[in-house]
This record gives sequence, structure tokens and C-alpha cells, in this order.
Amino acid sequence: MIPVCHLADLPAGESVRLDTAPPIAVFNADGELYAIDDTCTHQDASLADGWLEGCLVECPLHAASFDLRTGAPVCLPARRPVRTHPVTVEDGMVYVHLTAEEGTAA
Amino acid sequence: MKSVTVIGACLAGLYAARALRAQGYDGRLTLVGDEPHLPYDRPPLSKEFLTDPATADGSADPAGEAPLALTDAEEIAGLDAEWLLGTRATRLDTRHRAVHLDTGRVLTTDGIVLATGAAPRRLPGPAPAGSYTLRTLDDAGALRADLARGPARVVVIGGGFIGAEVAASCTALGHQVTVVEAAPLPLVPQLGEKMAELCARLHGDHGVALLTGTGVRELRADGDGRVTAVELTDGRLLTADIVVTGIGVRPATDWLAGSGLPLADGVRCDAGCTTPIPAIVAVGDVAQVAGARAEHWTSATEQAATAVHNLLAGRTVRTHRALPYFWSDQYGVRIQFAGHRAPGDVPRIVEGSPDDRSFLARYERDGRTSAVLALNRPRPFMRLRRELARPSHATTG
Repeated sequence: MIPVCHLADLPAGESVRLDTAPPIAVFNADGELYAIDDTCTHQDASLADGWLEGCLVECPLHAASFDLRTGAPVCLPARRPVRTHPVTVEDGMVYVHLTAEEGTAA
Repeated sequence: MKSVTVIGACLAGLYAARALRAQGYDGRLTLVGDEPHLPYDRPPLSKEFLTDPATADGSADPAGEAPLALTDAEEIAGLDAEWLLGTRATRLDTRHRAVHLDTGRVLTTDGIVLATGAAPRRLPGPAPAGSYTLRTLDDAGALRADLARGPARVVVIGGGFIGAEVAASCTALGHQVTVVEAAPLPLVPQLGEKMAELCARLHGDHGVALLTGTGVRELRADGDGRVTAVELTDGRLLTADIVVTGIGVRPATDWLAGSGLPLADGVRCDAGCTTPIPAIVAVGDVAQVAGARAEHWTSATEQAATAVHNLLAGRTVRTHRALPYFWSDQYGVRIQFAGHRAPGDVPRIVEGSPDDRSFLARYERDGRTSAVLALNRPRPFMRLRRELARPSHATTG
């Protein structure tokens, strides 16, 4: 379980990047919190820097788009999903629970 | 339309094939590519491919190309196409819509997509061993192998994006690098003088010598035909173990000479990527669309859907007005640019600072933003890029 930040510091429409290995991006999509692997599966770019619209995040480099709920790419050029991680809030703190590595297989 | 041939099997060609199937075309589909490889992504060739050991030898694929692959077995099966790789188109007979191949085969089809890309410009004279251009996976593989032999004096000819990226990669690998640029400053046509100057500083920051305002007279070689030095037009002699030339590309249209298609810096098309013959469309680096030719990854991918739509319709029913966009990674800095910059547009830094190599600049013309440039500011860049791309902006701009 990795502490992310205070919930108050992650308002709707915002994201935060965790310098874990691999890095993880945590999003507040209209009040729902999601965590995914931060690096676009197409080419090296941080999805935390991406464009958040509803449950989709668009990569800032080539506009690949991922569904935050499943990690699945919804359009090219990305073809492989990003790993998703459960997020919880306890006492106003946001936590990410790392999904096991085999979740990357797809 | 019962049969379509796509000439060129890289980014633009693959996207055209995808668009054909996505738009319901269920006829015969043939892709012809002069390289032996399935479609792969070129941008990493000057960057990660040269520097990242995971790309270099961590792959089970002996060519190390798997991380660059643009497609996979599942999609290839779904495209249901005949792939003629390692095969070069030598002539186009527009009257019969027949493509002549170097294997002797002639493909006669109802529709043709020209996606042959561009080839690097070369210096006049012979190219000694140890001198490279960088365009294809095989080019990059050869350069990578040479760079892996140990510390070298590398001279990069051309300070544009490819040259700068190669210089940055070679520096990261521990080589001693000099960049030679014929213009007084690199990247001025793309970025304008002020912003080009800020980007040019990246070389010096990383110990790379940038020599500007001088051309190259010739490459010197030893008795074994291996490069030893670069002689500049101002008389200077630069000792070199490896030379990489990145002085631009020319659209690959030689094979279309005599076809009757209008060729002038690319295959001339209307705004729908359609040539004067509606059954022939062009996409990517080889296409001059509505008077402009783009050499950008994003243009190649975006044009395919429009071109194919018009090909299947038999005439131009859709045009595509994309916002030009390109990016470059150099020395750990991500440079992104979007928009229609014109000479005289005034760049204004609105966020960050050049001293930190992290800023966002708007180019302004008559009080409006014409283009946007970012160094290591992907998020606000993306916001502005979307703003610029909005139709309301385009029609009033």
C-alpha cells in the first residue's frame, strides 16, 4: 500500500505521478479515483501529463487513449493495456495498492 | 472497388491498410514494402534504439526490432492482406493502374495508395565506411553496432531534429560529439530564430560542440575506406571515427517518373490526399497535400483515413485540415511544437523559464496564437494544442 497524497490535494480533473518502479499515475476523474501504470505502452510518455476526459486519459505525445477503469487502450497508436491498481481513501489519505506484476501480461 | 495496392509498408502504409478495413473495404489488399521488415516505428531509431540496452539486446528478436513493431500477428491476420516485403515498386502505369515490381511481377488493381515515404539526402561523393544516414531500421542497426565498439569521435552533419537527437544519443553513450550546421543556427525554419537559439543551447549544455555557418566539403577516408575526418567548406578538418549525416530527406518519387502524376516535392494531391487520378491517393512523407508536404509522424497517421475515404468514394468528398504537430527528444528534454508559425510571429514565453530548459511559448500574430512550443511542459502544451486545433480557432484564425 503506497500513500499518494491527501485527497484534498487531488481535486477532480487532476493527476499525480508516483516515482515508483514502474511509475504510477493516480487520477481524480470527476470524483472517482483511478491508478494506472504511468507510462504509455506505445512510447515513453507520462500519462499523468495526459488529457483527462471522463474515464479516459489521452497520452500527451501521440494521443493514444486509455480507459482508466480497465487500462485498455481505446484507440491507436497504443495496442497494449496499462496495468491498473486499486485505490482507497483512509482518513483523507489516498493509497494505491500495487497490482502484482503478472497483471501486465496481455 | 475490388482490389487495392498500398505501396509503402511503414507507418503511413499500415495506417492506410487499417483505414481500408476499418471503413469496410473487404476486397483484395496488397502491401508492397522495399524493406524486409513489417511496419515499425521510426521515431525511436535516433533515440532509445541507439541508447537503451533493453531495446538493443534485451529482446528475443535477433534484430531487436520487436519493441518498434507497429502491429502484431493478430492484427496482421485481421487485415487479411498480401505482404510483399523486401520488394520495390519500380514503375507505375497509371492508365492500367499497374504497379511494376523489381521481382518482375505486375500488380494491376482498382485503387492505389502511394505511401513510399522519403529517403535521406546524401552528401555528394562516395560514402566511406563509418558514415551513416539514419532513416531505416537497418541504418540504425548498423550505426548502433558501430557506436558500441567503444568511445568514438562522432561528427553529426546537420543540426535539425534527427541530427540533434543523434548527437544527444551519442553523448549519452559517452562519445565525443560535434554537430556541423550549414545555417547560422539550426531549426530556424521550424521554430524561428529566438526559440531555435534556446534549443541550440542544449548542445552546449551537454558538452557537444555546435559549429554553424559552415558546410561540408568532403569526407576523408583511410586506405581501408574507413572515414577519418570531415573537411569543412571553411577549411577546418574535424577528426572523425563515425559520421552521421542528417541533412533532410527527399520524397521517394523517383519510381513515379513518367507516370504522368504531378511530382514537385512529392506527389501533388488535393486537400483530400487525392491525385488527379481519383483511384490513386498519396499519404505520409511522399504526399504534397494542398501545397504542403509534412514529414511528421502525426500527419502520416492522420492522412490515411481521409485518403482512404476518398479512394473508396471515387472522388474527394472529405478533406482534412490537421494542425501540424511534431516533437523531439534531445538530451532528456522533450520539445513539442504545434501550429502554423509564420515568419514574423512573435514568440512569448508564458510559463517556465529557458534557464530551466522547461517552458511554454506562444507564437503570436495580430494578438492571436498561431503556434505553441514547449520544452518539458507536456501538460499545458497539450491544452494549447487542443485549443489551436478547435475548428472555431481555425476558421477565425
